[in-house]
Amino acid sequence: MNLFLEFSLIGLASGGIYVLAALSFVIVYKATNIFNFATGEMMMFGTYFFYLFDTQLGFGWVAGLGMGLVSAALLALAIERTMLRPLLGRPHIVLVMVTFGVGSILRGFAGLFWGPNVRQLPEILPRKPIFLGDILVPGKLAWGFVTVGVIAGLFMLYYRYSRAGTAIRATSIDQVTAESLGINIRAVFLLAWALAGLLTAASGIITASVNGVTPQLGLVALNVLAVVMLAGMTSVGGVVIAGLFVGWMETIVGAYLGAAWQSFIPYLVVLVVMFVKPSGLFGEQRVERI
Amino acid sequence: MATDILDVAGVNVAFGGIRALSDVSLRVPERSVTAVIGPNGAGKTTLFNVISGFYRAQSGNVMFAGADLLSQPAHTRSGVGISRTFQNIALFPGMTVAENIKLGAHAQLRANLFSAMLYLGSAASEERAIERRIDETVMTLLGLEEFRDSSVSGLPYGTQKRIELARALISQPRLLMLDEPFAGLPTAEKAKMAGQIRKVVAETSVTVLLIDHDMESIMNMSDQVVVLNFGQVIAAGTPGKVQADPAVIEAYLGAEE
Repeated sequence: MNLFLEFSLIGLASGGIYVLAALSFVIVYKATNIFNFATGEMMMFGTYFFYLFDTQLGFGWVAGLGMGLVSAALLALAIERTMLRPLLGRPHIVLVMVTFGVGSILRGFAGLFWGPNVRQLPEILPRKPIFLGDILVPGKLAWGFVTVGVIAGLFMLYYRYSRAGTAIRATSIDQVTAESLGINIRAVFLLAWALAGLLTAASGIITASVNGVTPQLGLVALNVLAVVMLAGMTSVGGVVIAGLFVGWMETIVGAYLGAAWQSFIPYLVVLVVMFVKPSGLFGEQRVERI
Repeated sequence: MATDILDVAGVNVAFGGIRALSDVSLRVPERSVTAVIGPNGAGKTTLFNVISGFYRAQSGNVMFAGADLLSQPAHTRSGVGISRTFQNIALFPGMTVAENIKLGAHAQLRANLFSAMLYLGSAASEERAIERRIDETVMTLLGLEEFRDSSVSGLPYGTQKRIELARALISQPRLLMLDEPFAGLPTAEKAKMAGQIRKVVAETSVTVLLIDHDMESIMNMSDQVVVLNFGQVIAAGTPGKVQADPAVIEAYLGAEE
């Protein structure tokens, strides 16, 4: 029983990294209706930005983290402004394919600049394990989870209560009405991408704090896609629950059935959910009024 | 003689080969109620969408309070003092009545999206001021107090129409554009809506431009009626004058042989 609890806590903690990346995915999808397949590569590139400023340029981790996050947000703004904005009004499939391309380009650049080997990030999160009664949780995982919780909480407050958050929600429901109320929807698009840049970088840095960063870090985003589908594409709160759930299930399946099962059982569950409830667990069914 | 707050001059809009508006001109005097009527497909909503900035006119001008409108993007309308409602109620489901109305004042808050992200303090005090204005003015004016914090989704149709009107009014517009304010309302509520619109005009300095099909309401409450048919203005004037116009009778009832 204790072992099960221990695996469960580890699973929830590792699900935390899905949560931030999935939030970034949802915010872009809600504001702009674009399926951002470069989410994983934005995670990876944001992590390298942190590595660049902290380790390579020697600014230390506090300044390095600030500069890394700002650079990640600027990169996201540049992607929106230079590659997606000129294509507004084209079929969505075109924009989605562009995000695929952006992902490949980022992966290529990361390989050119930083090579294929693992780069270790500085030790920010304490390594010392946390004991909850008899249950042991690895220190980095636990503190990473706490960090995710704080960031996700702040983000959800901002999204729910701030004016900018309200503007994003309004734009996602009805662009025409939002514009007639004076919301500059192009600014909303930019803001959504900037937030996505911050969230992906944070999620990448927390992920890489355990095993380091390689240009392949972004591949974890495939799991994030499953999380987003499970939650139902548009639900900010649902993504948090779905992210934790997928992380938990991966760990439990891995622990009791082995790594071979771990790589597909969670996705089988997602598939079954999609059959039963195609709009996802927390998704809204969009009904167009006539 | 009141000055004209809105001056539409020679506007042409075509979608492919279909001329939706041809050479449409009309003037809206300040602090008046002007109604645009016409059979379905006459171009009324197209005209609204041109003024709102959602459609582009191939030629012609729209001046609002002496400034050119058509060169400005749609989201600037609210800031210069033009607000509107939609034919199908366009409230944001899942938000409360107060949140919906607050969005109507969005363009008036000085903090823009990015500064609102950074300077939470001043943005928050601006929002509190807006909330006070919502409670003290439009809620009471339109009798919405009891619904303040309910989600808009389950509310009756007539109430939703009043919420949309409240959202359009909270920005204290100079021009209020109403797209079919009477559509779908039972007779008693039509009279109530007409009364509320006239009351708003009397108590604030707003000018109203509206579209509707409900002849009785329009003839009773409008100062000026403009009739569109096949994208052209066929008559304009006081309700009495327009009702007697042979071209208008022909458009609605068909020509006598």
